[in-house]
Amino acid sequence: MDQGVAITGMGIISAIGNNVAENYASLIHEKKGISRIQKIDTIHRDEIMVGEIPVSNDEFIAQLGLPQDNNYSRTGMLGVLAAQEALKDARIENIDAYRTGLVSATSVGGMDMTEKYYYDYFTNAECQKYIIAHHAGDSTQKIADHLGINNQLVTTISTACSSAANAIMLGARLIKSGKLDRVLVGGSDCLSKFTINGFKTLMILSDTYNTPFDEHRKGLNLGEAAAFLVLESDHVVKAENKNVLAYVKGYGNANDAYHQTASSENGEGATLAMQQALKVAGLNPKDIDYINAHGTATGNNDLSEGRAFINVFGDKVPDFSSTKAYTGHTLAAAGAIEAVYSVLALQNNIIFPNLNFKTPMKEFNLIPQTKAKQKELKHVLSNSLGFGGNCSTLIFSKNA
Amino acid sequence: MKPVYIHSVASISAQNTVDETAFLDDLVFYEDNVLPAIDPNYKDFIPPTAARRMAKGIKMGVVASKLALNQAGIDKPNAIITGTGLGCLRDSEKFVSAILDNNEQFLTPTPFIQSTHNTVGGQIALELQCKGYNFTYVHASVSFESALLDAELQLKNNEATNILVGGVDELGDHTTELFKLIELIKTEKVSSKALLESQTKGVVYSEGANFFLLTNEKDEKCYAELIDTAIFNTLKKDNLPTAVEIFLNSNKLNPEHVDLLICGHNGDVEHDDYYEVLTSGIFSDTQQAFYKHLSGEFHTASGFGFWLANKILKTQTLPEAVKLNHVKNSEFGYVLLYNQYLGENHSFTLLRKC
Repeated sequence: MDQGVAITGMGIISAIGNNVAENYASLIHEKKGISRIQKIDTIHRDEIMVGEIPVSNDEFIAQLGLPQDNNYSRTGMLGVLAAQEALKDARIENIDAYRTGLVSATSVGGMDMTEKYYYDYFTNAECQKYIIAHHAGDSTQKIADHLGINNQLVTTISTACSSAANAIMLGARLIKSGKLDRVLVGGSDCLSKFTINGFKTLMILSDTYNTPFDEHRKGLNLGEAAAFLVLESDHVVKAENKNVLAYVKGYGNANDAYHQTASSENGEGATLAMQQALKVAGLNPKDIDYINAHGTATGNNDLSEGRAFINVFGDKVPDFSSTKAYTGHTLAAAGAIEAVYSVLALQNNIIFPNLNFKTPMKEFNLIPQTKAKQKELKHVLSNSLGFGGNCSTLIFSKNA
Repeated sequence: MKPVYIHSVASISAQNTVDETAFLDDLVFYEDNVLPAIDPNYKDFIPPTAARRMAKGIKMGVVASKLALNQAGIDKPNAIITGTGLGCLRDSEKFVSAILDNNEQFLTPTPFIQSTHNTVGGQIALELQCKGYNFTYVHASVSFESALLDAELQLKNNEATNILVGGVDELGDHTTELFKLIELIKTEKVSSKALLESQTKGVVYSEGANFFLLTNEKDEKCYAELIDTAIFNTLKKDNLPTAVEIFLNSNKLNPEHVDLLICGHNGDVEHDDYYEVLTSGIFSDTQQAFYKHLSGEFHTASGFGFWLANKILKTQTLPEAVKLNHVKNSEFGYVLLYNQYLGENHSFTLLRKC
C-alpha cells in the first residue's frame, strides 16, 4: 500500500467564511452563503442565486496591501488570501528552506477584468494593465509572487470543474516522486458575467437555493471561492516535526468520453475515477466512511454521480452529502474547497449535512445525510466532475 | 525508473510541417507581425459537419493529435495531457462579445462550451473514446512543459506506457489587437530572416499545435529519449547558468555534454538577453539554434522547439535556417532546450539521441 502525502496546512475563502474556522462554523450551523448577486451587474439578477463572497475588490486590495496600480483579478486576490492562510496554518516561515512549488487551478482566470474592460481597453490606457492578467496562469503567478515562491515549479491546471482536485493530485504525485519537498495546491475562481451567462445558456442554473440529490432539483448556484492546502514530504514532516492534519491517500482521474458538457447517464467516468483512487489508496469500497459528493444539483450530475456510487459501492453506499448548497458550485476551486471540508470532517469526525434535500430521486434509493452527524471517520472520498468529461476523485485519510 | 521515448511527432505551424517526411525544406518567410498557422486539409481528418463547429485551435489540436497517434500506430493512448496558454481564445472572444453586444441576451451555449480550456483534450478523448487520465495545463510559456513533466513522471514511474502530449494555442482577433496595443506584439512588420536584428519591443505572434506520443518502450521508430524537464516561475539572469548546471548535474551531465542548445529567442529586445546569458556564457562553444523566427511566438511555441529537437535528433541534421552560431558538430547526442517568455516561466528540456 502506498503511503499517503501529508497535509500540513489549509486556507479557504468562500461565501460561507473568510477562513477555515469561519467555514467550519457555517458548515456545522447550517449557515448557507447563497443569495442574490450584488457585485456583478447582470440582467439575470432576479433569476439566479449565487455563492458570492461579500467583500469588494477594493476591500481586498486594502486587506492585501496592494498598490493602487495593481493588476490583480478577483481570482488572484481570492487565491492569495487562501494560500496565505494555508502557509500560516502550516507554520511555514522560510519558504526557501525547502523546494516549495505551487500548483493552482482556475477556469475563470482574469475573465472578470477582461469582460469589464473588453472594449474600454482601446480608449482607456489606465485599464490596459489587465490585458496581461487575462491568461489562466496569471493568478497563480500572483500567488507565487505574494508568497515569495521563486525559482520553483509553479503551474496551473484548467480542466473545468475538476481543476483543483487535479491540482491536488499532481501535487501529491510531485511529492511522492521527490520532485518537490513541499507544494501548495488548490484553486481559485471568482464569479463573472462570462460564467453566469455560460451556465445560463446551458439552462442549468437554479432560480432558487440549489438542492443536491433531490428529485425536484432545479440546477446549480454558481459560487466564488479559493482554497489551498500545503502538502509536505515525509522527510520535511519528520525534520520539522510537523503537525499533520490528514493525508492525501488516493487519487484518480478518468474521462467520461461521453459528451462535451454532460456526464454519461451510467456515470462511467466517475466510477473509473473512484475505482482508480481506491486502488492508489490500497483501500476497499467498504473502507470509505463518508463521500463529499460533487453534487451540483443539476439533473444530469446528481443522477450520473449517484449511479457511479452504486457502481462502486453496490448496496452499501457510505454516508454522503454535497456541500454545494452552502457555497454554490465554485467551478475550478470546488475540488480544493471540498478537500478542505473533507479534512475538517476527518479532524472533527463529522459529516456535514446536505442542505435543502426533501425528496429522494426516483431513479435510485440514495438519501444524502441531511443533518450533521458525528461519526468516527478514517477515510473520506471527494469527487469533482467537470466539462470535457473530466472526472476526479481524491481520498483523504486520518493515517498515512 | 523507466526511460521515456518520443515515438512520434506532429506539428501544425506557420511552416509546412504537416508532412512527417519533410523537415523544414520548404520554408515560408514572412514579412509581418502576426503569422496564422498554415491550415492542413482538415477534411482529411474531421467530418465537415463537426469541423464547422470547431474553432481553429480545436481543429489544429485534433488533427495534430491524430497525426501523432497514426504515426505511432496507437489507437488509444493511456492518457492525454495538453498544454495551452490562452485556451480556446476564439470561442472566448465570441462569447464575451456576444454578452456585451447584446446585453446578455440571445446567447447560444456553443462558444461557452468550447471556450473551456480543456476543450481540446476533452474533444480528443471523446473522439477516441479514451477514458484515461486527461489533464490540461494553462500556465503561460510553461503550459507545454508542464504537460511534458506530468507525462515524464507517469512514464518513468510506469503508471502509464504511452501518453499523448501536446501544446496548442490559437490566434484571436480581439486579443491580437489588445496585444498590439500594449506592444506584446511588435508594432512594425518584421522579416522572418531579420527577427533578431529588430531591436524593438514585443514579438511576432503566431499559433499552432504540436503533439507527441511518448512511451516508456523503445522501438526503431523512436525520435529521441526525453531525459528530463524542469520549469521555474522566475529565474534571475545571474542565476541562469547555475540553474542550468544544477539541472544537467541532476541528470549526471555537464554543459560540455550538450551538443546543441536550442533557444526560444523571439526578437523581443527587452527579454532576449536571457538567452544571451547562456549563448555567450557557458554554451559559447556549443552549437546553438533558434526557431521562433519560423514558428512565431505563442505560449506553447516551445512545443515547436520540442518538435525541432526531435527532428534534429532523428535525422541528425540541423537545417541552415535555425542555426544561431557557426560551431559545427558531427553528431547530435544531447540537445538542450531553454525557453522563457517576458522573463518569466522558464523551462529546460533535455533530449538524447536514441
